[in-house]
Amino acid sequence: MNASLPPPSAAPLAPTAQIKTTTCYMCACRCGIRVHLVDGKVRYIDGNPEHPLNRGVICAKGSSGIMKQYSPGRLTKPLMRKSDADRGAGEFEEISWERAFEVLAERLAKIRATDPKKFALFTGRDQMQALTGLFARQFGTPNYAAHGGFCSVNMAAGMIYTIGGSFWEFGGPDLDRARLFVMIGTAEDHHSNPLKIAISKFKRRGGRFVSVNPVRTGYSAIADEWVPIRPGTDGAFLLAVMHELVAAGLYDREFLVRYSNAGQLVNVDETSDAFGLLVSEPGQEEPVPDYPRNMLWWDRHTNGPVPTHQEGADPYLFGEFTLAGGTRVKPAFQLLEERLKQYTAEWAEGITGVPAATIRRLAHEMGITARDERIELPIAWTDCWGREHETVTGNPVAFHAMRGLAAHSNGFQTIRALAILMSLLGTIDRPGGFRHKAPFPRAIPPAAKTPKGPQGVQPNTPLGGLALGWPGSPDDLFIDEHGKPVRIDKAFSWEYPLAVHGLMHNVITNAWRGDPYRIDTLLIFMANMAWNSTMNTTEVRKMLNDRDEGGEYRIPFLVVCDAFHSEMSAFADLLLPDTTYLERHDVMSMLDRPISEFDGPVDSVRVPVVPPTGDCKPFQEVLIELGSRLALPAFAHPDGSRKYRDYPDFIVNFETEPGSGIGFLAGWRGKGGEKFMKGEPNPQQWEMYAQNNCVFHLPLPPSYQYMRNWNRGYMEWAQRARIRRYSDPVLVHIYSEVLQRFRLAATGKGGGKGGGREGGKAGAEGVERKPVRRPPEHLRSRIATYFDPLPFYYPPLEVQASDTRKYPLAAVTQRPMAMYHSWDSQNAWLRQIHTHNYLFVNPRTARLQGIEDGDWIWVESQWGKVRCMCRHSEAVEAGTVWTWNAIGKASGAWALAPDANESRKGFLLNHLITEELPVASDGGRISNSDPVTGQAGWYDVRVRISKAAPDEARETWPQFASMRAYPGMAGVRKLWQAYVAAGAMDGSGADRRRRR
Amino acid sequence: MTQLALVIDLNVCVGCQACVTSCKEWNTSGIAGYLSDDRPYDADPTGTFFNRVQTFEVGEYPNTQTVHFPKSCLHCEDPPCVPVCPTGASYKRAEDGIVLVDYDKCIGCKYCSWACPYGVREIDEHQKVMKKCTLCVDRIYDQKLPREERRPACVMACPTNARLFGDIHDPDSAVAVAIRERGGYQLMPEWGTHPANHYLPRRRTEIVIQPDELVRADNPLKVDGKLPKPSLKEPALDDVTSW
Amino acid sequence: MQPAFSVIFLTTLIGAGQGLFLALYTVELYSLFEFLPAQPGPAFYAPGTALAFALLALGLVASFFHLGRPERGWRAAARWRTSWLSREVIVLPAFMAATAAYWLAHWADWREPSVALGAALTIAPSVAIGAAATVLAFALFLCTGMIYACIKFLQEWATPLTVANYLMLGGASGFTLATLFAGRTAPELVPFLGGWAAVLTGIGFLTRAASLARNAGLKPKSSLQTAIGVKHPRVVQTAQGFMGGSFNTREFIHGRTRAFLRAIKWIFLVLAFPVPIALLGAGVAAGSSTLLAAAFAAQYAGLLAERWFFFAQANHPQNLYYQAIA
Ligand SMILES: Nc1nc2c(c(=O)[nH]1)N[C@H]1C(S)=C(S)[C@@H](COP(=O)(O)OP(=O)(O)OC[C@H]3O[C@@H](n4cnc5c(=O)[nH]c(N)nc54)[C@H](O)[C@@H]3O)O[C@H]1N2
Ligand SMILES: Nc1nc2c(c(=O)[nH]1)N[C@H]1C(S)=C(S)[C@@H](COP(=O)(O)OP(=O)(O)OC[C@H]3O[C@@H](n4cnc5c(=O)[nH]c(N)nc54)[C@H](O)[C@@H]3O)O[C@H]1N2
Ligand code: SF4
Ligand code: SF4
Ligand code: SF4
Ligand code: SF4
Ligand code: SF4
Ligand SMILES: [Mo]
Repeated sequence: MNASLPPPSAAPLAPTAQIKTTTCYMCACRCGIRVHLVDGKVRYIDGNPEHPLNRGVICAKGSSGIMKQYSPGRLTKPLMRKSDADRGAGEFEEISWERAFEVLAERLAKIRATDPKKFALFTGRDQMQALTGLFARQFGTPNYAAHGGFCSVNMAAGMIYTIGGSFWEFGGPDLDRARLFVMIGTAEDHHSNPLKIAISKFKRRGGRFVSVNPVRTGYSAIADEWVPIRPGTDGAFLLAVMHELVAAGLYDREFLVRYSNAGQLVNVDETSDAFGLLVSEPGQEEPVPDYPRNMLWWDRHTNGPVPTHQEGADPYLFGEFTLAGGTRVKPAFQLLEERLKQYTAEWAEGITGVPAATIRRLAHEMGITARDERIELPIAWTDCWGREHETVTGNPVAFHAMRGLAAHSNGFQTIRALAILMSLLGTIDRPGGFRHKAPFPRAIPPAAKTPKGPQGVQPNTPLGGLALGWPGSPDDLFIDEHGKPVRIDKAFSWEYPLAVHGLMHNVITNAWRGDPYRIDTLLIFMANMAWNSTMNTTEVRKMLNDRDEGGEYRIPFLVVCDAFHSEMSAFADLLLPDTTYLERHDVMSMLDRPISEFDGPVDSVRVPVVPPTGDCKPFQEVLIELGSRLALPAFAHPDGSRKYRDYPDFIVNFETEPGSGIGFLAGWRGKGGEKFMKGEPNPQQWEMYAQNNCVFHLPLPPSYQYMRNWNRGYMEWAQRARIRRYSDPVLVHIYSEVLQRFRLAATGKGGGKGGGREGGKAGAEGVERKPVRRPPEHLRSRIATYFDPLPFYYPPLEVQASDTRKYPLAAVTQRPMAMYHSWDSQNAWLRQIHTHNYLFVNPRTARLQGIEDGDWIWVESQWGKVRCMCRHSEAVEAGTVWTWNAIGKASGAWALAPDANESRKGFLLNHLITEELPVASDGGRISNSDPVTGQAGWYDVRVRISKAAPDEARETWPQFASMRAYPGMAGVRKLWQAYVAAGAMDGSGADRRRRR
Repeated sequence: MTQLALVIDLNVCVGCQACVTSCKEWNTSGIAGYLSDDRPYDADPTGTFFNRVQTFEVGEYPNTQTVHFPKSCLHCEDPPCVPVCPTGASYKRAEDGIVLVDYDKCIGCKYCSWACPYGVREIDEHQKVMKKCTLCVDRIYDQKLPREERRPACVMACPTNARLFGDIHDPDSAVAVAIRERGGYQLMPEWGTHPANHYLPRRRTEIVIQPDELVRADNPLKVDGKLPKPSLKEPALDDVTSW
Repeated sequence: MQPAFSVIFLTTLIGAGQGLFLALYTVELYSLFEFLPAQPGPAFYAPGTALAFALLALGLVASFFHLGRPERGWRAAARWRTSWLSREVIVLPAFMAATAAYWLAHWADWREPSVALGAALTIAPSVAIGAAATVLAFALFLCTGMIYACIKFLQEWATPLTVANYLMLGGASGFTLATLFAGRTAPELVPFLGGWAAVLTGIGFLTRAASLARNAGLKPKSSLQTAIGVKHPRVVQTAQGFMGGSFNTREFIHGRTRAFLRAIKWIFLVLAFPVPIALLGAGVAAGSSTLLAAAFAAQYAGLLAERWFFFAQANHPQNLYYQAIA
């Protein structure tokens, strides 16, 4: 035998290894990990087999956590921009944390005492919106949001306004029981490992997997059928599928009748002030006025109007009827059917490029599988109307969709169409279909609201509502008396009324332009807004460094909290070095986006496994410290003294209201850790999490695991656990009254809230009506068009504004599975997998322009151009080009060499994407976003490609001045080398040529 | 005789690269390590990896298949890399069929890599010895690990469980069953190397719809009186026959 | 394959060394049977053998540059039962030892112990040592050739012609060098050696041309289809799994254009064969050492190119897996 490899029975590895469990954060999936330490250094990270999310598996990023921890790109010192240096030049001097806090506290205190909205706090792909949101609210600024607006708010809003839950972290496909799985526009998503586990099990069980995507990679690669679709046209595809289902009678009538508003009667009297609203039972008192239950059906047996869900009644889904008062009404489903008439498979073929026969066949596969493969589980449950059910049934057709639908400016209506399709098939929170995850389902719309106007923003006072909420009518908009936005990103204004996650992608442009107003301090946490999370990147970088006539920066003070040498960090006035995920406490809270499972709530924590590097400090601690210094009520006693020692102390002791028993963590509450969801603070809570793999999982009894929108047992439990305020059922909104209310306002109809409903209290004569808020003239037709209560298809706004003969190709990006946004170029292992990127083009499309595989090409949109390399691919729809997202980097960023492939060969598509579209009518500009939700329209851009001239540089364009290393960065490199050397057999370490 | 091997299921591999970096991570810190990296933060970074995941496109648009293809040493039953090694550093273990390199004997002549048709050996540019997948020999026999963790790092990591591990000579093992029943095949069979690692091919699930499934008595349109009926005025057989 | 200069020098240098020795020994044998008009003195054999030894030693030194761990080079003798490389590692020093002995025999002008073969023929120790060395020289050619020829999936190499080429090209260059050497030390042998050199070069041309012709018609046995086991006529790699290169993209791919490859082929075909034959002819006719030196220089340069081409032309099936990055 030999010396270096042991015989089969030897025990080789590191007897000194120590294992600590925590939660991964190489991406937002939040798997459980085990960190193996040798002499206090991270040596191996693997998946925690006892974690409910990943059950031991780990992904490419998670396994590369070591190289993040010891990356030379880490920031280790608080830094202040040198006063004579420009922003972006990256010239900093080291300061102490004390100094940093002084500067911040002084500046913020002044703002808070005068005009709190001049402080804006925006956060990127973080997982602590509960804390950042709390801080902003306590501060009193409305200008707070996280990444959702540029990420997938369409997915959240489109589904939550329809079924009270969504994909994303909120719910997903039940692949354990599905027979047919249709995945639309998904490359990777947040549920990375669990989805992979589930898909492979599903396939091995013989399930059929269809992927609708212009590109075939990743998951789509293993699909049984790939349906290449033209980007931005899924609405047409889904509507045509629904057309087929309704025409062939392949919908679950029983489900629709009882669990959706399909049978509810809609006022179709165009002259009525309540046109398009649901009619309700006259005069009945509503227990919860926000979520009225007194709608009407037209009963088939008695042939007359009855309250919905009346025992023994069964409504017509089709027809037109006249109420006693003469009001003409139709069941919502009739309106849907009328809408779908035009959307034939042949029509959709012309738009989507998917053959009509394929659309029809897929519709039949869905309908027949749902109908004939029905699942019945012997689980008794009681619905919200008191009806007992012996079994839980399910129609095993599951869907999953993500940004392929969301990141288009027609995404909201497309996603509504998808949610309605899922409802037609009867697959909502049922086995084999879509299933919710706590705290979903939520009411439609959820109860949280913003202030309704500028009066909600007052000096030295917490915000009079949440910074982000769920409008139910124009009355809930966050606008001033002239209809102008209160928020800097114009969310909840008439421009983007349901911008429930804000519009982070417009913050810099708006603040720079001073529209709607100028701000003073912008704090960016964990977002690379000078690079990949901004559209129109080149211009936005200029805006960040732009000064007004008086010589002052247009955005006077920029604070950035980052852990790495990102492109954004160079623009900071004050740069705060954050810890890594292995160095801090963190909470994946039920107040934010927890990691719940289908079977019940799950939340989790991170505990530090290694000490902070250099002087870096968890941003949580920064917020607690600032909150204390500013004496924000949640963080300080009335006498101004601080309430919480530090973040762990805050997490244990904070309650949403004194004595509420609701805090950031749901597990091990109560004095001795005996309570869950709700209970007094438990001083041992962290230890208990740490002893339990850092995760709290509360599986519910089977009878609470399904049909939760209408499950009395579950709803009452949820109410007791304070997940929900009300226990009323959440009916699927096939027909969206919320949207109709906005449309009425635009068409000069409707009374305020509950707006002029025929019948019920709100609309009854004699009740005083608030004046209806009406959109400004120039936005009326926009609102009237896009706030359609029934799903419809329109080409994305940018496509409408493009000459598609000049720019014939759609350009999209995809997430690479082995990279997280822009974070991982500093990761020595991951960057070997994706060192630079290509534009993938169908060979036939490329050759039309004489472009061969590997050629340098120009890609141009109306808004800009980039030079990059072309890779031929047969796995992309012929009218689409695509690339991996955020691989291209600015030269020198992320502690990479100035000539690293990322900045010389890699490119960023964002240069081609605009953050604003011209408004033809008034010459103004409006965000390049969904008109309903403000979701950034990343995937709407149209481009053309051409071969680069032979004399042009073989490198990407545009280029930016190389970033340099900051004070405090060099030391980390030594540490990293020490690590590798420690593992070396010959002590030489992986050497690295010195440069600079 | 035991022959340990990986069986890789191309039917579920999504090309996530988890097996690539988990392998690197385990082995760089373990007895096979470290696995050096060169120019880790400069142009053209490069390093030693035992396992790579590649992508192939099969067919022409729109009938394209994208195949993700993980590949590490296949632990050939008749490994051409072993007899050519002048030092005996490359060897195949009799007890379990794992092909290994003894780093202490290897002179870094690279000859074995020339003799491997699969391109899975890599010289470590710093230690100057030949390296390759060890089948995680330092995990799979480690008595300190719980039994279910005595599996290769890449197998533990793989989120789709596309990597099966076991003794292909034991007809009852999961790997042998998979090879037998799901069409397991070997790479480049033309060279007679008899790789122990096998691959499972793609399988396609289809739904066949019979026309009568679309016309059913329980059609919900009926309830609403919507099932289309021909107009009474249309001609019928009834009108013209008299017998 | 990526040509490695250490191996190019190793094989060309020892080839020339072996050839030179064989030339010297041929002269000795011819002399023994008195086929040669003149008998060269020890001034011919001993320095000639020293030169051959030097070439072998240089080759050996070059070979160390090929090793990642030269200090462990001795271990390479371990697997002679299976490895041609191991055999070469044994035979090369053995042959060097034999040449050293041969040198000593001539240098010290050993006459004893001699063996009488019949009345007319007495064999000096150098002849016996030379016979053994000759066997080793051929064995070494065989080993060197087989190192390449035994890798069956390097189809360009896996042919007896590979061994033949190593033999002929080594022999040719050795005889050319011997001719040049004789020009300085034993001019009367120049036509004899020059003639043989030309003949061997000619045969070398034929075997090398034969292998070129054979290789031109080779159909790769492996394809992307067999490499990944997917039976479809159109399989294309889009990503090899890493982008900045690896051992597998450096060691097995020459990275030069086809045109460059073709140019090298023509260079070696001209430099290694017709040019030396012409120069040999002219040199012998004119009795010019300069021309003979030019003949050897051209041939050696040609063989460096030939060896480069030999590697570069060999298409390793592993390259099927390393074709594209993305
Ligand atoms: N490894 C890794 N995982 C990640 C991330 C990461 O950066 N790396 N990012 C995380 C984040 S923040 C998010 S938001 C999620 C996003 O998760 P995904 O939504 O899965 O991510 P995208 O890469 O945007 O995928 C969009 C997919 O839609 C397709 N597509 C584009 N346009 C259309 C269209 O019009 N119709 C259809 N049908 N398809 C279309 C694209 O080809 C692509 O496959 O991923 C999360 N997970
Ligand atoms: N073209 C195009 N652009 C896109 C998308 C697209 O599909 N196509 N997708 C969009 C989507 S969905 C999203 S979510 C955004 C994501 O965009 P961003 O939220 O900007 O994501 P990152 O680029 O990863 O930037 C996050 C920043 O956080 C830093 N960071 C990492 N870890 C830590 C930490 O522990 N603490 C702190 N303080 N900082 C840390 C990183 O260094 C980096 O600077 O990109 C958007 N941009
Ligand atoms: S999926 Fe995300 S959280 Fe899970 S292991 Fe990978 S990087 Fe970590
Ligand atoms: S980890 Fe599994 S799914 Fe991912 S690339 Fe490797 S084999 Fe494929
Ligand atoms: S795959 Fe290559 S290295 Fe592995 S045993 Fe076979 S021939 Fe040897
Ligand atoms: S490189 Fe090492 S293992 Fe390979 S043949 Fe040479 S000595 Fe043997
Ligand atoms: S078995 Fe071990 S060494 Fe081999 S590829 Fe898997 S992780 Fe790497
Ligand atoms: Mo996102």
